[in-house]
Amino acid sequence: MHEYSIVASLIDRVQHEAALHGGTRVHRLHVKIGELSGVEVDLLKTAFDTFREQTICDGAELAIDTVAPAWACPSCDRSLALGAILRCADCGKPARMVQGDEIILERIEMEAPDV
Amino acid sequence: MCETCGCGDPEIVPIEVQERILSDNDAQAGHNRIHFEGLGVLAINLMGSPGAGKTAVLEATSKAAAGRLKLGAVSGDLATERDADRLNAAGIVSSTITTGSACHLDARLVHHALHHFPSGDRDIFFIENVGNLVCPAIYDLGQAANVVTLSVTEGEDKPLKYPVMFQKADLVLLTKVDLIPHLDFDVAAVEDALARVMPGANMLKVSAKTGDGIDAWLHWLEDRRPAAVERPSEAHEHHDHEHQHEHD
Repeated sequence: MHEYSIVASLIDRVQHEAALHGGTRVHRLHVKIGELSGVEVDLLKTAFDTFREQTICDGAELAIDTVAPAWACPSCDRSLALGAILRCADCGKPARMVQGDEIILERIEMEAPDV
Repeated sequence: MCETCGCGDPEIVPIEVQERILSDNDAQAGHNRIHFEGLGVLAINLMGSPGAGKTAVLEATSKAAAGRLKLGAVSGDLATERDADRLNAAGIVSSTITTGSACHLDARLVHHALHHFPSGDRDIFFIENVGNLVCPAIYDLGQAANVVTLSVTEGEDKPLKYPVMFQKADLVLLTKVDLIPHLDFDVAAVEDALARVMPGANMLKVSAKTGDGIDAWLHWLEDRRPAAVERPSEAHEHHDHEHQHEHD
């Protein structure tokens, strides 16, 4: 259940940004979570709902954008089907993950009277 | 302007961040990496299920490397110091990171352990992670390579069930291979599963019990050792990189 530790890092980061920008209340967080990031979206939501209370995120919505994995050959850019052998059929190079391992805080919507 | 009630005051502003949520851990891991590289130590993050044979592999590694390599380890354990006790008995200078209920090590825990580690002249330093095939995969600790142990009693489809762990592995050690004659374990099936989740899939078959494959594993480690650096004579003293934090 590392989702709780991820939420703790997330709220720390939001608190830091709020202090920087004079934020007083957070309305919404936009995060991007890859399907191969190792983070379970439902667990992340539960952890957020639990930990946001009495923090600057109290009452804030967590908007999660999930990202499907994609693999490609690092030299010829040929994309590989999901579940396939992760090696380029043409040049034999090991595939590179193009997307799908993101654990990213994209944007915070907050009340910041001074901005 | 406020979208909820239209009051217009206070204003709701979007703050663009676009950063990894674990960026603090990443920064701490980068710092650990400087420690390891500065000491010329090869750091290995050893992961796997509980009971996959992580500690047994290290014991066998120590036996095979005796007199050739100086080994160190920190072991993540929820509640006991049993692994570190076993490793110390096997000749690997070891300490424990007791994680309580935490299911993984993070870079801060490893950093703390490094600063209290009894020896600073190790050639290879193993970070034996908490037994878990999920959580440890997403935390960079500052290691040079990730090694995942998978035992033959766990089933060939483990890589497909836990793709994140195996995708991050630089090497998989298939452990307890001495048991294969007693099981319906299909090595080709696990190789196929790995090839679908691990780019450049690389697996070595080892048995801590018989010592089979341990030499190949030692060669793999030795090939990755950093070039010799000038070492400080004192154990784990501080080096010339900047520290942004307090030490206790």
